[in-house]
Amino acid sequence: MSMQVVEKLKGTFGALVLASGEYRDETTVTVERSEIVKICTFLRDDCGYNFLSDLCGVDYLGRTPRFEVVYNLCNLTDKTRLRVKILVEERDPCVDTVSGIWSTANWHERECWDLMGISFNGHPDLRRILMPADWEGFPLRKDYPLQGPDREPYQGRLS
Amino acid sequence: MGVEQTKTLGDGFVTTSLDKLVNWSRAKSLWPMTFGLACCAIEMMATGAARFDLDRMGVLFRASPRQADVIIIAGTVTHKMLPVIKTVYEQMPEPRYVIAMGACASSGGIFDTYSVVQGIDEHLPVDVYIPGCPPRPEGLLYGLMKLQEKIMKERNSFGNAIGVGEIVNEA
Repeated sequence: MSMQVVEKLKGTFGALVLASGEYRDETTVTVERSEIVKICTFLRDDCGYNFLSDLCGVDYLGRTPRFEVVYNLCNLTDKTRLRVKILVEERDPCVDTVSGIWSTANWHERECWDLMGISFNGHPDLRRILMPADWEGFPLRKDYPLQGPDREPYQGRLS
Repeated sequence: MGVEQTKTLGDGFVTTSLDKLVNWSRAKSLWPMTFGLACCAIEMMATGAARFDLDRMGVLFRASPRQADVIIIAGTVTHKMLPVIKTVYEQMPEPRYVIAMGACASSGGIFDTYSVVQGIDEHLPVDVYIPGCPPRPEGLLYGLMKLQEKIMKERNSFGNAIGVGEIVNEA
């Protein structure tokens, strides 16, 4: 069912839809980063995805582009879901905010910035949400030391 | 307690040292701060409830740090929570005691990560450590009794309270 939405999306945005696929009844589309606000507005207004159930960042360390931002959308009317992904470069990790489309994105984007270091242009209140306000670094990145930057890394059991 | 004084003072008197009296009153009315952090707090609540009944030992949970004598660090302390715990501790009147309940409060436990304080003793002076993950209510009871024993061994606790000398702790 969601594949029809993907076709609709391709019909409207054409080459801005970079990839799409279906796996175990879950539909995923990868779209162009710069047009995420337009695409999300279209998905909400014309495809009925009135609920953003999750927004998160993913770190594929060693791959280019390194980051992804994943939007898990939900259509509460006909109970379908759609996953939208965008690719984010390590050099300039920023995305336009979708908090104007789904207001729940406000805190999700704050979390994504707090832990993954992906900033959101136009966000009304982009500050840390889970870590202490004076924290430095983004702990959910794969190259962040698990035990913190000020400790020796764990070397395994001594005995 | 006391010396044989029935001949001079009659039956209505008991003599003791000031230390013993002060320590006895402190040890037998240990009021903990109501403050739980993680799963240890569930065990702490069970210890306070009917089956184990902390009240019978004079341990009554208080809702304000101003009325509390002891803070039981019951659970994982994150760096984000640490300033809150420090504030609560600083608001408690002296003499005040700290119990590190469970593996997390004592050493960070299984959470050997950037976000977790590796033992509350890095920031607060801990009197009693209770092992376990989480400790059973018997464990917490035993820890509180150990703290009572420790308080009973203090010397010059009253003198310290009125500004004369330091408390002497001898095991």
